[in-house]
Amino acid sequence: MDQLDKLENISIYILREAYRDFKNLGMLWSIGKDSTALLWLARKAFFGHVPFPLIHIDTKFKIPEMIEYRDRLVKDWKLNLIFGSNFDALEKKETFPHGNTDRIKCCKNLKSEALKHVLSGEWQRYRFDHKAQAYLPDKNNAPFTGVIVGVRADEEGSRSKERYFSPRDVRSDWGIDDQPPEFWNQFKTDFAPGTHVRIHPLLDWTELNIWEYIYRENIPVVPLYFDSGKGKRYRSLGCYPCTSPVDSTAKNVADIIEELRSGKFANIAERSGREQDKEGGGTLEELRRDGYM
Amino acid sequence: MITNKEQMNIVVVGHVDHGKSTVIGRLMADTGSLPKGKLEQIKEMCAINSRPFEYAFLLDALKDEQSQGITIDAARCFFKTSKRHYIIIDAPGHIEFLKNMVTGASRAEAALLVIDAGEGVRENSRRHGFMVSLLGIKQIVVLVNKMDLAGYSKDVFEKIKNEFSDFLNRINVTPLAYVPVSAREGEGIVNSPSKMPWYKGETALAWIDRFEKEKPKEQQPFRFPVQDIYRFTEDGDNRRIIAGTIETGSVKVGDEVIFLPSGKKSNIKSIEGFNIPERKIISAGYAAGFTLDTQIYIRQGEIMCRSSESLPSVSNTFKANIFWVGKKPMIQGKKYKLKSASTRATVYLKKVINIIDASSLDTETNKQKIEKHDVAECILQTLKPFAFDLISKIEATGRFVIVDDYEITGGGIIIDSLDKSPSFLAEHVEQRKFSWLRSSIRPEDRALRYKQKPRVLIITGNNSELAENLARNLEEMLFNKGKSVYYLGISNILSGLSGDMKDITTDRDEHLRRIGELAHLFTDAGMILITSIPDLDLFEKDIIETLNSPYETVLINYGSKKFNERSSLYIDEDAPLEKSLDIILEYLRDKEVLLEYYI
Repeated sequence: MDQLDKLENISIYILREAYRDFKNLGMLWSIGKDSTALLWLARKAFFGHVPFPLIHIDTKFKIPEMIEYRDRLVKDWKLNLIFGSNFDALEKKETFPHGNTDRIKCCKNLKSEALKHVLSGEWQRYRFDHKAQAYLPDKNNAPFTGVIVGVRADEEGSRSKERYFSPRDVRSDWGIDDQPPEFWNQFKTDFAPGTHVRIHPLLDWTELNIWEYIYRENIPVVPLYFDSGKGKRYRSLGCYPCTSPVDSTAKNVADIIEELRSGKFANIAERSGREQDKEGGGTLEELRRDGYM
Repeated sequence: MITNKEQMNIVVVGHVDHGKSTVIGRLMADTGSLPKGKLEQIKEMCAINSRPFEYAFLLDALKDEQSQGITIDAARCFFKTSKRHYIIIDAPGHIEFLKNMVTGASRAEAALLVIDAGEGVRENSRRHGFMVSLLGIKQIVVLVNKMDLAGYSKDVFEKIKNEFSDFLNRINVTPLAYVPVSAREGEGIVNSPSKMPWYKGETALAWIDRFEKEKPKEQQPFRFPVQDIYRFTEDGDNRRIIAGTIETGSVKVGDEVIFLPSGKKSNIKSIEGFNIPERKIISAGYAAGFTLDTQIYIRQGEIMCRSSESLPSVSNTFKANIFWVGKKPMIQGKKYKLKSASTRATVYLKKVINIIDASSLDTETNKQKIEKHDVAECILQTLKPFAFDLISKIEATGRFVIVDDYEITGGGIIIDSLDKSPSFLAEHVEQRKFSWLRSSIRPEDRALRYKQKPRVLIITGNNSELAENLARNLEEMLFNKGKSVYYLGISNILSGLSGDMKDITTDRDEHLRRIGELAHLFTDAGMILITSIPDLDLFEKDIIETLNSPYETVLINYGSKKFNERSSLYIDEDAPLEKSLDIILEYLRDKEVLLEYYI
């Protein structure tokens, strides 16, 4: 077994634990490389099937190629996808840069708030209907009790303290000071009514591991990650007003791996193209406590 | 293309303020493992806040930590050497955060234990040393830190080394090395110490690179805890896949396997997977899936083993060392949940043999509860027997956690399997005999009046709808014959008596216990109670039978398969309903349950 095998098998174990113990289970799919690798791991864990819905929080500011790619995969792999958005904030233009808020507030509105209320079922969810080939309002509004998320410990400070199974209280808050213990491969799979648990199968993966796995398994990713000839590509995907491409001529997965391992990005943090991280000291941590994925 | 470099998890433990985070910060900085600009960013932040820069700040990325100056949680960070990549886990040294230290340490393959040269061996130096060995970490290097504050004195180093060796000897732990360092000054961590010429040994980093990767456990007997049984029918998939992770050993297509505790046997038909080439053999470490060549009914939590190899113990009683982190103590008579490999079971604390102070190693023998941060040698008993190994034999199936009120509150290792003892329920029923106020109306009098003996009739099978249908018709037939009979529907229990239970699939034992007690009320009143319970196994039948005593329980196996070998009656589900009812009627007459010819 090599390192990728080890990571893969632990992640599969975690996914199966989650599926075993959580009845209302869903997986956040941000369309990015991490959660797409996670989606692939789910297909591995469940022998080609994905036996729970994928949840996409659509800020409506996503780069259009991301949505095209999302819908293509949903059809090709017959995925059960639901999406939700903060339509109220969008309508009132409580967004950045066009509206009357800063980046952090915009993130809070379009991501944290939307996530919280879509998970709880308070806001309308839209499910892809494979017969109608369209997103239709979802009748099911049961709250999710288990939510699988593709965060990695190496992304930034606060994520390095996550558990594989991390409880959130009724208000989606993360009690970072009093997290449950995890002994060996036994995780928190029991939860009080009203609370939910975030499950993090990718915690021990690094950015390089993810790309190496994508390469090995030949997993399709959004073409935005590759340079299409202009000498620019995205290293991390988000909303277009706050995510900028980096200078790079990596045209395929192999180029990216090379770039990360020994090339220009070997020592530069992945989220350096994400503007919201730069405002204030503990920004991302504040958002995370507040339910941001 | 893929380098796929080896990766190792290391935990850094030790008493609070002995410099663990500084050691890690120094390791990251001096191996060139920090992202570009990170060091400058932290230094800048320190300048803004007018605080002197410390390497520890690199890790203490979270606000609360910087304000309190101590590590709350086990933070993970990464560094690399030419040999491999490391995930390093900074475990908090403060006693309040011991459960976080455990979390960090139980993921690690090796440990660095940091001791402050100035303060010397302290309470948590010892406690962490003990915990690390309990958690199964066998490779330990002790760093005697802050040598700069001790004048780089050889005597100070030797004194600490001797004192700590004495302690570790008592728990059979031998560290690979003791290394004198000053993390703050960078002495002895990555670079050889210039200020301690008397030290001829290697640097901390050289020792870290010497840690060995855990050997694959393919040579041990095959253990495959059944995590789940999948049948995803989409797209015409008709595979019934037994899923789990192979903890030890290996298995190949065609091997005979046995499931414990049920004892059922079958053969491996195929090894399943997605986007992998076909396999004929698979071994430890793989999250696998199998199909079997016969359709046997097995449960989550059983361990699949190879019939030809040594098998795990099956018992309801075992001796264990428990480490408790719960706010409330573990006490006798209270019901807890045990999770061991893929087993979930109801467990009770039967006896505390002694409590070990993890720091002084003193033992206390007359305390019958386990309090927060206690390590206890004790006897535990589960409601039903389960399969496990001794920790000395196979680690993965020899350890467990205890869940109390939704939280993991303790971890333990199984040190001995004890003979199956009378279950808690049997003891409960013994006590119930004394406290139960028996009516002055004797059971015989009721039998005469009702022209029947009280019985619980359980219909079990794998088709719950058919079983329920048979049960309802049986009730009607007996009622029409003038019998005092009642059909207890599962949905009626769920919406009534068990309305407080969130999910019977996760707490089936409690569900069955309630049915058992309820059944006893009906039989004590002289009635015949009929119920249908899908997939009832031997141990579960015991639960109801025990609770229903002194009255009798009749198990009717409904279906083509022999579902429960201790059934009184086997009825084929293809048989016409009338015929099935006749068979049961005949049986009840034969056993004189229905006293139709009573004079």
